Amino acid sequence: MTPAPPSVRFRGTDSYLTHEGLQAAVNCALTLQRPLLVKGEPGTGKTLLAEAIAQALGHTLLTWHVKSTTRAQDGLYVYDTVQRLYDSRFGDGDVRDIRRYIRMGPLGEAFSAPERVVLLIDEVDKADLEFPNDLLHELDRMRFRVTETNDEVAAKHRPIVVITSNNEKELPDAFLRRCVFHFIDFPDAELMRRIVDVHHPGLDAALADQALKVFYELRGFTRLRKRPSTSELIDWIAVLKAQGVSDLKLDENLPFLGALLKKEQDLVSVAEAFGRGRRTRA
Amino acid sequence: MFLPFFYELRRRGVKVGAQEALALAGALKAGLHDSSLDGFYHVARALLVHSETQLDSFDQAFLSHFQGVETAGLELTQELMSWLEEARDRPRLTPEELALLEALDPEEIRRLFEERLREQKERHDGGNRWIGTGGTSPFGNNGFARGGMRVGGKAGGKQGMAMMQAGARRYAGYRDDLVLDTRQLAVALRKLRAFARDGAPDELDIDESISATARNAGELEVVTRPPRRPNTRVVLAMDVGGSMDPYAAVMSRLFSVASQATHFKELRIYYFHNCVYGKLYATPQLTGGMTVPELVAQVGRHHKLVMVGDASMAPYELAIRTDAEGRYKADGQEGLTWLMQLAQHFERNVWLNPEPMGSWRSGSIAMIAQVFPMFSLTVEGLGEAVAHLTRGRTVKGAAARR
Ligand SMILES: Nc1ncnc2c1ncn2[C@@H]1O[C@H](COP(=O)(O)OP(=O)(O)OP(=O)(O)O)[C@@H](O)[C@H]1O
Ligand SMILES: [Mg+2]
Repeated sequence: MTPAPPSVRFRGTDSYLTHEGLQAAVNCALTLQRPLLVKGEPGTGKTLLAEAIAQALGHTLLTWHVKSTTRAQDGLYVYDTVQRLYDSRFGDGDVRDIRRYIRMGPLGEAFSAPERVVLLIDEVDKADLEFPNDLLHELDRMRFRVTETNDEVAAKHRPIVVITSNNEKELPDAFLRRCVFHFIDFPDAELMRRIVDVHHPGLDAALADQALKVFYELRGFTRLRKRPSTSELIDWIAVLKAQGVSDLKLDENLPFLGALLKKEQDLVSVAEAFGRGRRTRA
Repeated sequence: MFLPFFYELRRRGVKVGAQEALALAGALKAGLHDSSLDGFYHVARALLVHSETQLDSFDQAFLSHFQGVETAGLELTQELMSWLEEARDRPRLTPEELALLEALDPEEIRRLFEERLREQKERHDGGNRWIGTGGTSPFGNNGFARGGMRVGGKAGGKQGMAMMQAGARRYAGYRDDLVLDTRQLAVALRKLRAFARDGAPDELDIDESISATARNAGELEVVTRPPRRPNTRVVLAMDVGGSMDPYAAVMSRLFSVASQATHFKELRIYYFHNCVYGKLYATPQLTGGMTVPELVAQVGRHHKLVMVGDASMAPYELAIRTDAEGRYKADGQEGLTWLMQLAQHFERNVWLNPEPMGSWRSGSIAMIAQVFPMFSLTVEGLGEAVAHLTRGRTVKGAAARR
């Protein structure tokens, strides 16, 4: 395995805005060659971070999107027994060559890549409680053995591993101790303004101000089932722009509220609370 | 140099140990902190903290360790500056230091810490907080802590940023020792998730296919089965209209989030005021909804019933008789009887109560706790409640267990 790359520092990209804390965490992970675990509210840019790192450092991004049924083994390789069974029936190719039926998972692919890659393990908390522990060994050793063929897959270049979690489940201590951790704060108005600028360059400043004001007011409304996040704000502004809206106020006539609030009940409670000029926060 | 800081962290419940120390030493050696206290703050936070619940303790430890006691601001002395600069040239922690870190328990650390502090006060004039040169003390002996540090004076420029950030206590809301920590509650709730194989058999069962094919002497035999689907169904009923309002808001949000994230098969949310009088309402304003007999007819006994309320009322309120529409009727059913009807229908039911457990022994709480297994509305209580809801079959009916 090649040594760590010369110390390149991550500072965000033109379209992904970061601050010191997140940069420090990424750089720790790069330097110490440990996985980076990022948590934070939905829409705070956890998934996008891996893409930004790949872009900034000029690496390929491999994504492993974890689901509730994902097992650690799926990340290494799958042995396609069914295909082999079919081939043996219908005589297509050499079924004695098991290697033809071994398919690399994202982790296996990252290990065997000819260049260093960024591996995103997205939403690690979706899987079984044991999943992270099952991954530890391979992430530590950066190699594994394909039992069916006895081949060893060893990382030529240690991939940069980014893991995201939405806190559905607590992660095991042993796993946490190996990771560099960062909790992405929900952006404050100033950072949000810059994020909006990135997505909507040249947006009318007055409209941006009003949209942000309304957005943070809504987020402060405790009755909401689902608070709007960055991506909803960006979508909402896109709609406002497209429809030529130029003036916003938080009342019952707030345009295209549905882009911000995805739950019927939330729309109802906002209408009740802010309608008719009433400003009581229930 | 940072060993004393480690002790401060451990004293506040952030369990840093050898692994964290090694990581931090490595990062400082690589100069990731840019020789600034700001940089040190961010690097240390990324490596020493593993959960947002600990960020607040980290900030507090950072403050108390690096902030002068007698002044609001902070000015780094030459010593700290040069330590930060030289950190990259320092050897890693010695094995003795690592061993020390693992061996000391928080109580011991506090004792040593206070002792040392007293000595410092006597020896120095300014009352500076940390001076770690003592040859035999675990605080900054050999190798790492050469000069120790002094803090005090006024806040200085850029170096003050970390202190400001740490001082803002932005993560206080994520601590896990609060009564109603929504994050932890949400985590506990997700454990309600359950699966069942359900629907059309359109998923290939590989293991079965292989063994069936083998049994078939190599003739391919494909076996399919219904896919595994989330199978959690929950009826959530909450007391509103008064002291319970904030809890109802939080709980309905939590359950909705859990339902969405883990794909509950069904989640019904209802409201009542004080006690159930025949009817469960669809809104916190007590409109819409359905009667208990209607609900019981519509919803199977395998739905999990979660009641949330303080169960605190005048005893006569449990005895008020109403019809199913909630109208007062002399020959109607008592409030308590409506509750029993719910408890008897749903095989798995719990009552979550934010009132302190000490008050559950008497009055209306005790009576309701006879009907529903009652758990406290805390992270721990909810964990137990979820375990109760997901355990196998129950002894039916009232007051099965506590
Ligand atoms: N720092 C940022 N700079 C630029 N855009 C951002 C930033 N953070 C979030 N966004 C915007 O928000 C969107 C959502 O980000 P992303 O999908 O990465 O969030 P997430 O944290 O992974 O959310 P989830 O928990 O729902 O998966 C992005 O597509 C992007 O448009
Ligand atoms: Mg994501």
